[in-house]
Amino acid sequence: MKGKKLSILSLLAVSAMILSSCSSSDDASGVKIEVPDIPMHEEMGDFEGELNIVNWAGFVDPKWTDKFEADTGCKVKPRVAGTSDEMVTLMRTGQYDIVSASGDAALRLIVGGDVQPLNVDLIPNFGDEIATGMRNNIYDTVNGKPYGVPIGRGANLLQYNDDVTKGAPASWDVVWETNSPYKGKITAYDAPIYIADAAVYLMYHKPELGIKNPYALDKTQLDAAIALLKQQNTIVGEYWSDAVAQITSFVGGNTVVGTSWEILRKFAAKPNIKTTLPKEGSTGWYDSWLVSSKTKNVNCAYAWMDYTSTASVNGAIAVNFGMAPANIAYCSSSPTAQAHCDEFAAEDEEFFKKIWPWTTPIETCVDGRKDVKCTSFQEWTNAWLTVKG
Amino acid sequence: MSTTITKAGNRPLSAYLYKRAKLRLFSLLALPMFWIVGVYILSLFLLLVTAFWFVDPFTSKVIVGFTLDNFVSIFTVPAYISTSIRTLLIALAVTGLSVLFAVPLGIYMAKIAKPWVRNALAVAITLPLWAGYLVKIIAMRLVFTEEGFFNWALAPFGLSGPTFSIPIVILTLTYLWFPYMALPVFTAIRQIPPNLFDASSDMGAKGFTTIYRVVMPLIVPAIIAGSVFTFSLSLGDYLAAKFTGGSTQMIGSIIAANINLNPPVAAAFSMVPIAFVVIYLMVARRTGSLERM
Repeated sequence: MKGKKLSILSLLAVSAMILSSCSSSDDASGVKIEVPDIPMHEEMGDFEGELNIVNWAGFVDPKWTDKFEADTGCKVKPRVAGTSDEMVTLMRTGQYDIVSASGDAALRLIVGGDVQPLNVDLIPNFGDEIATGMRNNIYDTVNGKPYGVPIGRGANLLQYNDDVTKGAPASWDVVWETNSPYKGKITAYDAPIYIADAAVYLMYHKPELGIKNPYALDKTQLDAAIALLKQQNTIVGEYWSDAVAQITSFVGGNTVVGTSWEILRKFAAKPNIKTTLPKEGSTGWYDSWLVSSKTKNVNCAYAWMDYTSTASVNGAIAVNFGMAPANIAYCSSSPTAQAHCDEFAAEDEEFFKKIWPWTTPIETCVDGRKDVKCTSFQEWTNAWLTVKG
Repeated sequence: MSTTITKAGNRPLSAYLYKRAKLRLFSLLALPMFWIVGVYILSLFLLLVTAFWFVDPFTSKVIVGFTLDNFVSIFTVPAYISTSIRTLLIALAVTGLSVLFAVPLGIYMAKIAKPWVRNALAVAITLPLWAGYLVKIIAMRLVFTEEGFFNWALAPFGLSGPTFSIPIVILTLTYLWFPYMALPVFTAIRQIPPNLFDASSDMGAKGFTTIYRVVMPLIVPAIIAGSVFTFSLSLGDYLAAKFTGGSTQMIGSIIAANINLNPPVAAAFSMVPIAFVVIYLMVARRTGSLERM
């Protein structure tokens, strides 16, 4: 009897929540995305004693977890993932509490109901000091509800061997067009999300396709991007997903131009290996903490997000991984911090305005178009595998 | 007399099992059968069942159900067909190259070399097996980079070595799996009685005729045994293609790319190498060489 009463009560509660969510209005971008309704954490309770994290290598380190564990008693158990897709798979097992997801994983997790909306009142450090370009982005803020706490970001830049190119290429055409002087010595990123890079190039050079957002491609636009990628396949030397392979390829001379990250250029540690942002702009990865909808350690997760959003800890993660920190208050904390921020353009919103943050493509067009269905990530995945033939 | 009685008394288990033939058989097979059925077959079966499931296009989550679309795509998507054929040809090339290297080497080691040379060569062949698989692939990558060993060595002659492409993948895989071909071939040649060579030469056969007419027929079972390794291991590999293949895509690359993105397609694709190996073994069986292995 008791159980039945409870279930009726919870049914009422759920339907009330569904009603309230239906009435919520569109957010600033004007895009309404259907997401499973998951309640958010209302108030902080006792710490559960452990926190299972799925993270990029370098995001979780004893240098800052020791203090967190001592302060909260939450034992940190990190699990390093190599790709966004691996992160999504791991989070869907329900065994992890929190993930450092890039935008191309984040929206997939949100739409799939794998992560919960966040109560930002419980994360005091998530405040004005977060870089403006990292706030309210479609990949982690859906229908006006925040799902992610920003960690840091980086751009996918054009890396080149200056000894060969004699100066920075002004355009991405050196990696896309068949008349590229570096034919056979080009590297491309090996993941379906790289289709967006083709779309960014098409936005600039083929405006008649009408691409407004590289993550909102209808069928014709996706076909055009795939055709460009297939054209690139004939001039590509290598595809990279492994950072070490990419670095050795540049250092060893097999690759002259190709997509890269600022941190990989640093690891290559050769003065003739440089990066540039060509005129077309580029894509980039924006990472945030997302909390599992099945977590049993929600208080530890909130404490972790608050702790890692402090300027010093957020800066330490950014330096350790090699990216622009989300909390730009870190930059003014010391001369070395400022040097790091300058190197990774942390405070340069003009620079990041030319960068399209990785976002999972979904059927709802994230550019706001309502008259057409956009291609989902599944279609991108299938299309990507046909590129390499 | 008394000692035998105490001995029997000291071995109650043996005495117990002696009377129960079925239990004896069970205790003998329990462990290997648990391994084969419970771990080996079951995990493979669970993987293959996934091939009939599909992925929700909206959330890209795996949905349990029944569809043959994943198998249809293997035969209809041009990129998948060309990848399967490419992989098959690479595996055959690796096997052919291994045989080409293993037979002369085996003849030299077994019949011509002095004992110390033979031992040194045997160590040289097996030594790479001691190094990690990934280490060897990275080593091949470094050797063939633009500023690597080959270009350095060929530069004085105005030549440049090959860049990362299918031939390098074949070389790398041959490097990886060669010991599995060389050792059985060497052992088989060693077992050929020396007087067969004498008889062959008495009948007027020259060196190549002897190899072709006498040695080869006798070592075919060893070559088949070795080729099962070189062929099937090459079919499933993807790291060699990833690190030394440039933009080369193999079956393993498709499986690896799909394992998180679309597990049902990955599972369906894992059937392709299995089918190739089964066909290969059936052909090998028809030649009668499996019975003599």
